[in-house]
Amino acid sequence: MSDQLVIGGKALQSRLFLGSGKYSTNALIPAIVEASGAQVITVAVRRVDPEAGRENILTHIPKSCVLMPNTSGARNAGEAVRIARLARAAGCGDWIKIEVISDNRYLLPDNQETIEATRILAAEGFTVLPYMSPDLMAAKRLYEAGAAAIMPLGAPIGTNRGFRTKELVRIMIEEIPLPIIVDAGIGRPSEACECMEIGAAAVLANTAIASASDPVAMARAFGQAVAAGRAAYLAGPGAVHETARASSPLTGFLHE
Amino acid sequence: MTFFDELRRFDGFDFQGFFASVTDADVSRIIAKERLSGMDYLALLSPRAASHLEPMARRAQELTIRHFGRAVQLFTPLYLANYCTNQCVYCGFNTKNPLERRKLSLDEVEAEARAIAESGLKHILILTGEDHKKSSVSYIADCVQVLKRHFTSISLEVYPLTREEYAQLVAAGVDGMTMFQEVYDEPVYLELHPKGPKRDYRFRLEAPDRAAQAGMRLVNIGALLGLHDWRQEAFFTGVHTDYLQRAYPDIEVAISTPRMRPHLGGFPPKVIVSDADLVQYILAFRLFMPRGGVTLSTRENAKLRDNLLPLGITKMSAGVCTQVGGRATGQEDTGQFEISDERSVAEMAEMLYSRGYQPVYKDWQYL
Repeated sequence: MSDQLVIGGKALQSRLFLGSGKYSTNALIPAIVEASGAQVITVAVRRVDPEAGRENILTHIPKSCVLMPNTSGARNAGEAVRIARLARAAGCGDWIKIEVISDNRYLLPDNQETIEATRILAAEGFTVLPYMSPDLMAAKRLYEAGAAAIMPLGAPIGTNRGFRTKELVRIMIEEIPLPIIVDAGIGRPSEACECMEIGAAAVLANTAIASASDPVAMARAFGQAVAAGRAAYLAGPGAVHETARASSPLTGFLHE
Repeated sequence: MTFFDELRRFDGFDFQGFFASVTDADVSRIIAKERLSGMDYLALLSPRAASHLEPMARRAQELTIRHFGRAVQLFTPLYLANYCTNQCVYCGFNTKNPLERRKLSLDEVEAEARAIAESGLKHILILTGEDHKKSSVSYIADCVQVLKRHFTSISLEVYPLTREEYAQLVAAGVDGMTMFQEVYDEPVYLELHPKGPKRDYRFRLEAPDRAAQAGMRLVNIGALLGLHDWRQEAFFTGVHTDYLQRAYPDIEVAISTPRMRPHLGGFPPKVIVSDADLVQYILAFRLFMPRGGVTLSTRENAKLRDNLLPLGITKMSAGVCTQVGGRATGQEDTGQFEISDERSVAEMAEMLYSRGYQPVYKDWQYL
């Protein structure tokens, strides 16, 4: 049985999503995509510049990838909606990752404005993937607003601090009937693996890969870790016990 | 409550006494901290911390790559006019200086914009001297209408405006403002600004507050280094940035660290700020404000700019000209100050690539 993630009618084999910021050159992106096996890449509309010559990011994204423009820089729902419409008008497709951030110190998303933008853009036919602070009630409202998947943060964006919001994300995975994609803060492949083991649908990584000494090798490691975590989730991990249990009990003979 | 009130908290503060109390152990501990207080920042500006520049630099580089990536945003200034009613003793535009005064017509703005846009830049910083009649807000707004056709982000470095005037320019399409307080120390400020509207210390100090309230996305501030004790001025610039980020969380804050350059009028710096001092300032700021932008102008020479790049710089100017016009329509006259790095945008881009950095021409989309 094939294990596919289906979002917005697109069936994905890879559950690693990539960011595209912070690289020393956008020309690295094809190698990053290939090494990681990722099929979805997010791009800040604010940085899309068809006149940028060798740095025109759109020319570096493999045709096999789903382009997920994001609304980075939006400070409220209105700005996010305008950026999303610009992206669609520019031929970037129907997927949109909503980022609404009105706090530039920690870059934490504004859930309320995000819900509003999701409602408007879902009604316009976008495949909406909102980035959010993990909160069950906000996630329920995003579901009702028409989100195609929900992207809670693992830690503040760009921090590489790891899966700090695990308990809140775990509850969202249990309660929300949408793919839950851990986005932001994941700094190590082991942390991405951990997200997948508890049932996240996918993981998005950018800074962890872009800030590595060898970004291509790190992209490959993330691809493998996400696949391993997914495989472990599907395998159904054994129960966790407080005390040790011997593989061959000494009193086993009593039951023979 | 504005930064004016915040600044009053430091009235009479004993900087020398504080610096004398800073130990090497304090500096090492602060470098390792996740979140620095204002006093931690001051400790990193102390003479004691000057012997810790290498560990500070390593931390600054790590933080910068983490938050901004291996990428530097490029922009260029466009001087619209050099009329000025001020007598700032250190500035080439001083009303007493024998300078041919002019301003660009809208056709000239269009020609300049085309010349700049050919380089690929999408971010522009427009400047005027302080003359409310000749470089009026409506003139600036008219220029913005022309520039919007060529650039996706327009920042403003002009005289301080009212909140309503900033709002008018935000509505016209401006999304960033730069305002150098020049000197935070009020008595020194008054001494250096003997006449003209700029003498109003508080109106200038509170300009970033008004701009943020009016909806500017980017606020870039700075002290002109060389006019007063640089450690104090660097401290107040950092504290000002921190205040702005707390008071207006949705703005992007940045600093510039301009050192005085030769200019018409020839006022010598009152204080010499060495390269090592400048490095210490940039590093301390990066550790204090990990997400704050640092803008590096062509006042510094090419070699130093290249070496400062990995220490925390996030924005650099390129293809700079400080004359009015100057690229397509300007006269070959005296600019506001002499620049030290005359590299073109393409040359700057090549330098960035050679050092493992991506030149970013566009980082905002006009909405």
